Amino acid sequence: MDIIIYGIINSVSLALMAVGFTLVYGVSRLPNFAHGALYILTGYLTWILMNRVGLNYVFSAIIALGLIGLIGAAMYQLVLIRVRGMPISEIIASYAIGLAILEGLRWGGLKGGTFRLPPFVEGSVTVLGVSVDFQRIFVVILGATLMGALWLFVNNTKLGLALKGMAQDERAALTLGIDSDRMAVTATAIGSMLAGAAAIILLPLGSIAVESGYHVLIMAVAVCIVGGLGSWTGAVLAAFIIGFAQILSVVYFGAHYQAVVALLAIVITLICRPSGLFGRQKELEERV
Amino acid sequence: MSSSKGDRRKERIDRGIKVRSDSVYAISSWKEITYLIAPRLVLILGLALAPLVLSAAPYWQRVVSIICVYSLLAMGFDFLANYVGLVSLGGGFYVGIGAYAAALLNTHFGLPPMITIPMATLLGAIICTVLFLPCLPLRGVYFAIVSLMYPLIAARIVEALDIFGGTDGILGVDGFSNVWIEQYFLVLCVLVMVFALRRLVEEDIGLVFRGVKDNDQAVKASGININQYKAFGVFIASALGCLGGACLTHMYMWAGLSQFALDFSIIPIAATVVGGGGTLVGPVLGCLILVPVSELLRDFGSLRIAVYSIVLTGFIVFKSEGIMIYAARKYEQFERWVEI
Amino acid sequence: MSSEPLLSVRNLGKKFGGVLALSGVSLDVFKGDIVGIIGPNGSGKTTLVNAITGFIQADTGAVQFKGKDITNWKPHKIAALGLTRTFQVMRPYFSLPAYKNLIVPLFSPRARKTGGWRGGGKMGSRDTVAVDILEEIGFERDSYVPFKLASSLPTGYLKRLELARCLALRPEVIICDEVLSGLSMSEMASMVPLVEKLQMEGITLIMVEHRLRELFRLAGRVIVLNFGCKIAEGTSEEVMEYPEVKQAYFGSEEVYDYV
Repeated sequence: MDIIIYGIINSVSLALMAVGFTLVYGVSRLPNFAHGALYILTGYLTWILMNRVGLNYVFSAIIALGLIGLIGAAMYQLVLIRVRGMPISEIIASYAIGLAILEGLRWGGLKGGTFRLPPFVEGSVTVLGVSVDFQRIFVVILGATLMGALWLFVNNTKLGLALKGMAQDERAALTLGIDSDRMAVTATAIGSMLAGAAAIILLPLGSIAVESGYHVLIMAVAVCIVGGLGSWTGAVLAAFIIGFAQILSVVYFGAHYQAVVALLAIVITLICRPSGLFGRQKELEERV
Repeated sequence: MSSSKGDRRKERIDRGIKVRSDSVYAISSWKEITYLIAPRLVLILGLALAPLVLSAAPYWQRVVSIICVYSLLAMGFDFLANYVGLVSLGGGFYVGIGAYAAALLNTHFGLPPMITIPMATLLGAIICTVLFLPCLPLRGVYFAIVSLMYPLIAARIVEALDIFGGTDGILGVDGFSNVWIEQYFLVLCVLVMVFALRRLVEEDIGLVFRGVKDNDQAVKASGININQYKAFGVFIASALGCLGGACLTHMYMWAGLSQFALDFSIIPIAATVVGGGGTLVGPVLGCLILVPVSELLRDFGSLRIAVYSIVLTGFIVFKSEGIMIYAARKYEQFERWVEI
Repeated sequence: MSSEPLLSVRNLGKKFGGVLALSGVSLDVFKGDIVGIIGPNGSGKTTLVNAITGFIQADTGAVQFKGKDITNWKPHKIAALGLTRTFQVMRPYFSLPAYKNLIVPLFSPRARKTGGWRGGGKMGSRDTVAVDILEEIGFERDSYVPFKLASSLPTGYLKRLELARCLALRPEVIICDEVLSGLSMSEMASMVPLVEKLQMEGITLIMVEHRLRELFRLAGRVIVLNFGCKIAEGTSEEVMEYPEVKQAYFGSEEVYDYV
């Protein structure tokens, strides 16, 4: 029972980490290597707003989310748009921005332990004989809600459909009057906000530390590769596979092997099915 | 390329001396020989004299060694990215493998540095190549993503399984017998590698590498196994990295987790971009600029990585050709404005 | 014509997702043939080429070359056996001069064994052989065209460069994916005798084309594809008599305006 419940929690966490990355990649073909940095930055901003400015939790979280959206958009509009279409430069540039943010924060005094976000509700509850704290329950509920909302947004709003159109075929979208540059900026902003939302939901479980920025990036990338880059269904499914595999490895082998599981998942996926679980043929040709 | 102002445009013309000295006729006059040799001589003499000049300041003398180590890494990155088409964001992995290999050979078998370094280079390169084999069919973004994960996960594994000294690392590794050997060994390595690699990429086999980068489908259609060449490319790059790592271990008399660290992944990339990718000398130049800056910023801890990253972003976005290509153009070409 | 086909394709099929790109295509090619493959856009011509040369994995069927079963071999092994191809989208090695583009095939194991184009690699340096090949197929040495950067060459030269890259390998069969399309009239005029000359030298050619006039002049046998199926096979005159061909390929009776 432990395995199932914690597996679900872990999987939803992974899906939360990955969804922003996969959205940005799907729409603008930008592998946003600053993803982990944006995640940590949101947590840090929320902390600053709560403890230095003195706003309450909800307001600080909302303002931090707005800010991170702006930062993501600015990052794309000011820097990354100039290297659009050059994948290598995109990777290096976004990775460098992410590093600058993370290492800048580290230099600014962000160290593990002291910076924490409080859980939404203290305490724990017993579910099916397993004691789970409320925050973890929130993770599952909010995670599921967020995915659902995102799905509705993409399939039912004009903007969402435009994004979806661009994800499928950028040139066709251009001919239909969709401004691809603006959509890419929008997608990056939304992706950043999703990273931020994941941070606000997940960070109360631990402390705000630079290392978890890298961890989130790795996990997001692992999930996206296993699921097939740019595919949401794939990402969710992959999150569950990796999530459960991790929990199982913790139970049967020990906590050290968690990181190895992700790499192993990637390597196995790449060998057996290079396009990922839900990758399309077209992508396969790009990759291999 | 040319920025237009009204009805003028910039025109670039090769200097006559370049046109002539591109072929064997260069030996026809001293002027042309000088033209060809001068830039190379500056590099060779500069690197050869640096340890002597800086011997008054031991701290900066050590920096020369560090520059050389980073130059090796950066050359490896440049070669792999611009000639084979594999962007490896995980340079730290090569360094770490080389460092641990050298340290283990030294502490377990008691081999002296002059034997462990070549052995670690070869052994490390083989290990890295084998570990990268599953990823070789991947292109561009995908290879970059996966290569990024290697050093991070290698460090985790060492930490988690508590092998090779765990978080403490391997202590008690022999140092170089004296500082001059260390310095000149490294300087020699860098110089040999620069010229060897520049020669290699112009050879027929180098053209195959470039073919793999430009259009791997056509290379396949020519009956060449591209994975074999990619593996060979990774082998060369990782050998350079392992060589750097092995030297580093003997310099600090220690091998540890920090050798998988980000510094070794990001500084070579930054140096390549700043110095000029695809020139193989550019990365060395980039290291000559960036590593001393890094040493000056040492007191600020992780700020220096942030500084690098910003410099890197700036260069890749606004001046992607890098210093070396810019300098070569100025050296080899006239520029003038012409009315049109 | 020998009784044993050099290349024989049996029942080749390939699905992309739900789309049947190729279904049960069979064809035989004998030594010295020029076989044309035509068909409307999206009829599976390039898929067929890709499947034969190993660039995509076929789902069903088999390919035999020189009596060996090469179904779903890796492309480089197929090429090493002597079956190579050009690409419809020309992507030379842009950063290299034209003649250096040929160093890659000349450096391949097959070319090193056979000496490459006319065995020249055994005698001269690879550079010399490369320039010879280019001159042979119309890169004028006197105007330094072989020494120009591939990125600065116009389409006509790039198409020929594609072909030259195949020739350098000293292949037995070349599959040309639209080498004639996009050429100007004069370029075409020089291409046709070149192809005839290659046939004289014993190289077997399979030509996938849109340009029917030139193809019908060259090809002894034509195969027509539509929706991934072979709908006709025969000499150019015979093929044009099939009502399916007229219907599928041209949609009307105006065929002969094209030809």
